[in-house]
Amino acid sequence: MSDIKLELDKRKTKLEKKMQNIMAGYYIDAKMARQNNKKVAWITSGGPVEPLLAMDVIAVYPENHGAMIGASKMGVDLCEKAEAMGYSSDLCSYARADIACCTVNGGPIGGLPEPDMLVCCNNICGSVMKWYEVQARHFKVPLFIYDTPVCHTDYTPEMKRYVEAQTREYFQFLEHETGRKMDIDRLKEIGKNSVEGAQLWQETLDTTMSRPSPMTAFDAFFHLALIVTLRGTPQTLEYYRELRDLMKERSQAGIGAVPKETYRLLWDNLPIWHRMKWLSDKFAEHGACLVADTYTSAWCGIKRELNRDDVIASAAEGYTYSYLNLGTDKMAELVLTMVDKYQVDGIVMHSNRSCRPYSFGQYDLQKIVEREKGIPSLMIEADMVDDRSFSESQVATRIEAFIEMLRQRKGA
Amino acid sequence: MYTIGIDIGSVTAKGALMSDGALVSSQVCFTGYNTAATARSIYEGLLEKEGLKETSIEGIVATGYGRNSVPFADRTVTEIMCHAAGAYHLNPAVRAVIDIGGQDSKAIVLSDGGRVANFVMNDKCAAGTGRFLEVMARALEVDLDQFGTLSLQADQPAKISNLCAVFAESEVVSLIAKGEKRENIIAGIHAAIGSRVMAMTGRLGMWGVTTLMMTGGVAKNTGVVKALEKVWGNPIHVSPHAQLTGAIGAARLARVAGSPE
Repeated sequence: MSDIKLELDKRKTKLEKKMQNIMAGYYIDAKMARQNNKKVAWITSGGPVEPLLAMDVIAVYPENHGAMIGASKMGVDLCEKAEAMGYSSDLCSYARADIACCTVNGGPIGGLPEPDMLVCCNNICGSVMKWYEVQARHFKVPLFIYDTPVCHTDYTPEMKRYVEAQTREYFQFLEHETGRKMDIDRLKEIGKNSVEGAQLWQETLDTTMSRPSPMTAFDAFFHLALIVTLRGTPQTLEYYRELRDLMKERSQAGIGAVPKETYRLLWDNLPIWHRMKWLSDKFAEHGACLVADTYTSAWCGIKRELNRDDVIASAAEGYTYSYLNLGTDKMAELVLTMVDKYQVDGIVMHSNRSCRPYSFGQYDLQKIVEREKGIPSLMIEADMVDDRSFSESQVATRIEAFIEMLRQRKGA
Repeated sequence: MYTIGIDIGSVTAKGALMSDGALVSSQVCFTGYNTAATARSIYEGLLEKEGLKETSIEGIVATGYGRNSVPFADRTVTEIMCHAAGAYHLNPAVRAVIDIGGQDSKAIVLSDGGRVANFVMNDKCAAGTGRFLEVMARALEVDLDQFGTLSLQADQPAKISNLCAVFAESEVVSLIAKGEKRENIIAGIHAAIGSRVMAMTGRLGMWGVTTLMMTGGVAKNTGVVKALEKVWGNPIHVSPHAQLTGAIGAARLARVAGSPE
């Protein structure tokens, strides 16, 4: 047993190292783009990246960069810098950190490579539009806005027409910027890889259905990087196949991510990047495992069957019908499904000062889950990057009290 | 069987000594800078007052923000559990608790048997906490102990619309400048806290609860209790031991070492 654990732990460490190498290679390639006559596009995390890859454009994600800034605890400095530039402290901390970072080439990797164009899809929030407009002015580069209306009830025929038309315009925009014709067959191939990557990611996340769970949401936050930044590439598929198999083996061997897993929790909202280790230890110390989260599962994308032969239609629908672009009732449906699927005892909600679209419906979500499943939830006030919004002793007390309550509920 | 509960809050530290489920003795003092020394002096004070030795104490539970700086405690329990256990001890009919402490306010729903069924705490803002009242008392140059009595003499409570302690303070300052009566300002402050705390309570869906108790130091302020009752629409129970509730709960929980029940 312990031999197996040792071997699997070794493989886990190796895989984490591999991820770091892939990401390092990715950022080196992006930074060398100019020398290699390649174009760089900045794109939002939920944006349609496949057409960029089909055009050999290197896609770079300011949000992933924001997460790195947060995780390396450089967020406060950059946010303060943005505030000194005149941006309100109420703005998204990814936006503040990114905007400030460009002026000093700071942050953990000395800034992102300069963009040749910007692609902004508002299926994750509305702030990205103003953020990208600021960057378009700063870098004096063209900006394409891919506008995805919120699916309050469903993806309607009007939306379909509207977003499909934009998908065609998007292709034209890229053809104009690169001087090349869009290769639809190549795009289909990349789209296929993207969907497969999302499926592999889902299968990886689903290994947490077993007790004890072989991984936690904190692991998922780490391993997420590739499906965000390199989805559609073969190396991503290979990586997630390896990760899924490893997690399957861990679960088969009965190796839990948290010693003595007693409580299974679901995390809602973005991670608190600057407190990952602290939070992970805090939960683990009480035998609480965050077995699932609404954030990393958003990249399992494809919430429904799409016609893969029609790239325009499937891209339009896939990118519009995404978790943060749904009405609260639809979000609640997904959360309720997750509660059952992962056998969750409670929900931990990060009320994220930076991310209003994500935090907005949380009180309702709380009520719906309590009513439908009788499951309690805990609200933590924080910010994904800006450490100034975090109060350690307040959060510690809330988490401990929540676990004590779960213990009483289980014992009752 | 003697047990001790020590509640190190952000403003005051409380100790309760219990024997077979009955409160024997208690101590209250300011928490101060050195929480470990404060906890030790409360502990020794309780022993000395009753002429007990350390060996006669069978269990010690520490709670409150300073719970981890009480090295001689057998274990720590959060103030949510302790206030629930304490309130249930003071009145077993209680099904919900509102505790307003120095830097936290919380609402707790109890199930039969005094277990915590659910709870909610204030967000990070200081509005609706004891600290908020302290800031206001300073601006009004009134001793906080007089807040309750003064507010009951208000003829027309002032409107305090800001929830942020800093902004509310400047609002109070401008009301003073306008010549508004102190009593009315204080009543307005209490009304603001009342609606804030009850809104938070509403999130728990505890409107069906009939027996509600207010605990914590702020419960000594009758003005706040009245303001809460006004929103709630029913009388709220306040024990003479309101400030000690957390410590009493901790001492109760210390009876069964190793388990929170």
